[in-house]
Amino acid sequence: MELELSVSLFYLLLLGFAILMYVLLDGFDLGMGILYPWFNSDAEHDHLMRSVAHVWDGNETWLVFGGVILFGAFPAAYAAIASAFYLPIVLMLIGLIFRGVAFEYRFKSDTSKKYWNSAFAIGSSLAAFCQGLMLGTLVQGVPTDFIDQSSFSWLSPFSLFCGLAVMAGYALLACCYLVMKSRGGLQHKAARYGQRLLLIVMLSMLLVSLWTVWIEPEIRARWFGGWHALWLIPLPLLSVLAARLLFRDLGRVNRSHKAETAVQERHEERPFWLAAALFLLAFVGLLVSVFPYLLPRQLTYQEAAAPDSSLMFMLPGIFIFLPLICAYTLWGYKIFAGKIEDYQEGY
Amino acid sequence: MELDVSILSRIQFAFTVSFHIIFPSITIGLATLIAIWEGLWLKTGNPQYLQLAKFWIKPFAITFGMGVVSGIVLSYEFGTNFSKFSEMAGAVIGPLMAYEVLTAFFLEAGFLGVMLFGWQRVSAKMHFFATVTVAVGTWISAFWIIAANSWMQTPQGHQFVDGKFEVVSWMEVIFNPSMPYRFFHMLLAAFITATFVVMATHAWYLRKGQHIDFGRKGLSMTLWIALVLTPLQAWVGDLHGLNVKEHQPVKLAAMEGIWASTEANVPLLLFALPDMKAEKNHYEVAVPGLASLILTHSWDGELQGLKSVPAADRPNVPMVFFSFRVMVGIGMLMIGVALLGTYLRWRGTLYQSNWFLWPVSFMAPTGIIAVLAGWYVVEIGRQPWIIYGLVRTSEVVSPLPAERVLFSLTLFVLTYSLLFAVYLYFMRKLIKKGPAAVGHLQQQRIGVKASGYALSFTKTLATDAETSNSPATDPKGAH
Ligand code: HDD
Ligand code: HEM
Ligand code: HEM
Repeated sequence: MELELSVSLFYLLLLGFAILMYVLLDGFDLGMGILYPWFNSDAEHDHLMRSVAHVWDGNETWLVFGGVILFGAFPAAYAAIASAFYLPIVLMLIGLIFRGVAFEYRFKSDTSKKYWNSAFAIGSSLAAFCQGLMLGTLVQGVPTDFIDQSSFSWLSPFSLFCGLAVMAGYALLACCYLVMKSRGGLQHKAARYGQRLLLIVMLSMLLVSLWTVWIEPEIRARWFGGWHALWLIPLPLLSVLAARLLFRDLGRVNRSHKAETAVQERHEERPFWLAAALFLLAFVGLLVSVFPYLLPRQLTYQEAAAPDSSLMFMLPGIFIFLPLICAYTLWGYKIFAGKIEDYQEGY
Repeated sequence: MELDVSILSRIQFAFTVSFHIIFPSITIGLATLIAIWEGLWLKTGNPQYLQLAKFWIKPFAITFGMGVVSGIVLSYEFGTNFSKFSEMAGAVIGPLMAYEVLTAFFLEAGFLGVMLFGWQRVSAKMHFFATVTVAVGTWISAFWIIAANSWMQTPQGHQFVDGKFEVVSWMEVIFNPSMPYRFFHMLLAAFITATFVVMATHAWYLRKGQHIDFGRKGLSMTLWIALVLTPLQAWVGDLHGLNVKEHQPVKLAAMEGIWASTEANVPLLLFALPDMKAEKNHYEVAVPGLASLILTHSWDGELQGLKSVPAADRPNVPMVFFSFRVMVGIGMLMIGVALLGTYLRWRGTLYQSNWFLWPVSFMAPTGIIAVLAGWYVVEIGRQPWIIYGLVRTSEVVSPLPAERVLFSLTLFVLTYSLLFAVYLYFMRKLIKKGPAAVGHLQQQRIGVKASGYALSFTKTLATDAETSNSPATDPKGAH
């Protein structure tokens, strides 16, 4: 494998960045919907919704961004992936529709509130599950008839498992976000669920790693061939470290709510960053496994790349606007920083 | 009947994009109106403007939400249903859409949070800035997507290499011949649509005798806006038509119902039933020579007709023909309303003329109907081409199993019908509830300093202290 520095490599990294941003940001707000059934009072549900109501649209825009970067920079991959994943994509979109409109309608409803609660919970879970399903299929590698669009190869035990694992991961992100955005009983609950979810997520990550290494000789060679293992060992080690710290942080938050005795300093924001780090590490691991393929073992990023005229045309836009976007997105988060209060704000 | 995946995919695309455009047409105009009201409030301090902005921001929010979720579907649908098209034209359309996301969608989404929820958290000026940014974001978004669509109508600036389009000049691609007309016509259409939604609502209040001052202010403003914009729209539309004549003569022939290969002294058909089999019209009601005059500026100017191309290269004539008449008819009606309203205002009887207010209060959907009709002219009129004159729609559909597309189409129809009913229900609810009283708004604006805030803050502190002493008691939390 030769790492050739090229514009198309830049776009591959950009695509990775977009996906990562999407997973982290929409992760916690889809996670909110996945956690929803485990919270029961109206007040708690209000809190969950209000903690993300001002950002969900921006978060979902990263999904659109990922889609159009794929479209603009790797048209062949966009065409192949989108049409082969027809059903999971459609179901994901339907899920996103229901959970998206639930934000607006739930706050304005009286009698129909319970329906919007379910729309939010089911829609978010469905969307997350479908994303995991597609991820699983891509990691697992697809058969040659995959591009023949009647294939159902995205439906396998492995991909189903990945669907559930991604749901757990998003729910974990949401718990960590809640620890940051709430206090009292709700925070306590979030920390408690967070600890359990963390165990599930770590276990899934282990399983997925072993599974892929076992069934995919190419991935095995990538990780264990030559000196690779030496370079790559920090990834799992750092993951374990991050998980360890995260577990402890959540534990402290958890204990501080029940203990009579004083607890050590507790961190309310760090858990979120640790969970994000965990996702980042997993994502890098994933890239290591599938590089240079966009559609594993079928289509590399070089083969799928758009002509230079298109790639160059987008560059100024990316260099000018992406930093701006990051800046005003941060600004938006800062304006709404701090805990959600039950004071009715808004329009 | 054998299921045809190409037809199903086209129906699905047409259905989902038609659903989507309903919402942008309202939000683009409404965001702009709200920005204007907020600006006027900042400038004059007249709380009525704040009341207008604060009232309309709620319908705006739900409309925007619908626009976002239905838009995301579209950006994936090019790939799911038209994979060959995506592969072929991705290098042209994709980057335009990437710019749309970079320059518009993030902007809208980023500032929307502040616009909707930030009233108590930022200064009034900052809030105004956020609102203006959202409005400008919607215009920019329209710019890029219209550029993409217009390139498919009047492609230029590209070359065809190995079965794929490559761009030679981005300037030519973006500013292709039909783009400026389509962009201005669409922006105006969106402003007009929102204007009539607002106008109808305020006319309804007046007719019901509710919120009188509020009703008058809104009606008066929107009537002035309509008086300027509707004639302007007819003028831009006329130029747009001349542009179609030059670049897509077959589409124009379908719009005007012209069959003969070339025809001079073409009549303007007010009504007719185009018959694609017999290749002629039935029951024509016509003004002799007028079409020639409008389109060539001479009574006996020649126009190209449908028979100049083989039947396989013609669009569905009746759909284009009738859609065009619906749009222009509504346009004329709107001009009429604007003029009549001005006359009544001049007479000083506008707010009392129930015979005028009553029909106007039913005009809320007219703009949307005209927008849809307009797009049907554009899109159906260009068929069978997906990229005009170069690629046929039927050649670029994803070779999916037809059942799968039938399944998704059914899902979309069910979901969207349900959501549309919900949307109308909540719009009605918000409008029936009416605006908040002016005094209440002033108090609410103070935000963080308001007593409610302090109260709830201490309350949460209290519950905080409580729960951290005793373990959270939660009956179902244990699983
Ligand atoms: C003239 C205007 C116009 C037209 C023709 C279209 N749109 Fe649109 N779209 C908008 C104007 C707009 C907007 C005003 O920018 C929206 C509407 C409400 C909103 O939230 O933004 C939007 C939202 C919106 C979103 C969600 C953005 C977000 O995440 O915030 C997507 C992905 C699309 N659109 C994509 C499309 C595609 C693929 C179209 C063509 C097939 C399309 N739109 C036609
Ligand atoms: C938003 C307003 C729009 C409406 C209401 C609309 C409506 C339609 C309709 C009714 C068709 C079906 C024509 C037929 O098959 O007979 C169609 C086709 C199509 N439109 Fe649009 N359109 C809109 C905007 C756009 C834009 C902005 C683009 C591209 C950037 C676009 C791309 C296409 C494509 C690719 C097709 C071909 C697929 C098909 O025939 O169904 N449309 N559109
Ligand atoms: C009153 C006279 C009007 C004329 C002469 C006119 C003319 C036209 C023409 C010729 C087209 C087709 C362009 C093509 O096929 O490429 C068009 C499209 C369209 N019209 Fe109109 N129009 C009028 C009024 C309106 C009104 C009142 C609205 C909405 C409020 C409207 C909304 C649209 C839209 C959304 C399109 C499709 C997008 C575009 O091409 O801009 N039109 N119009």
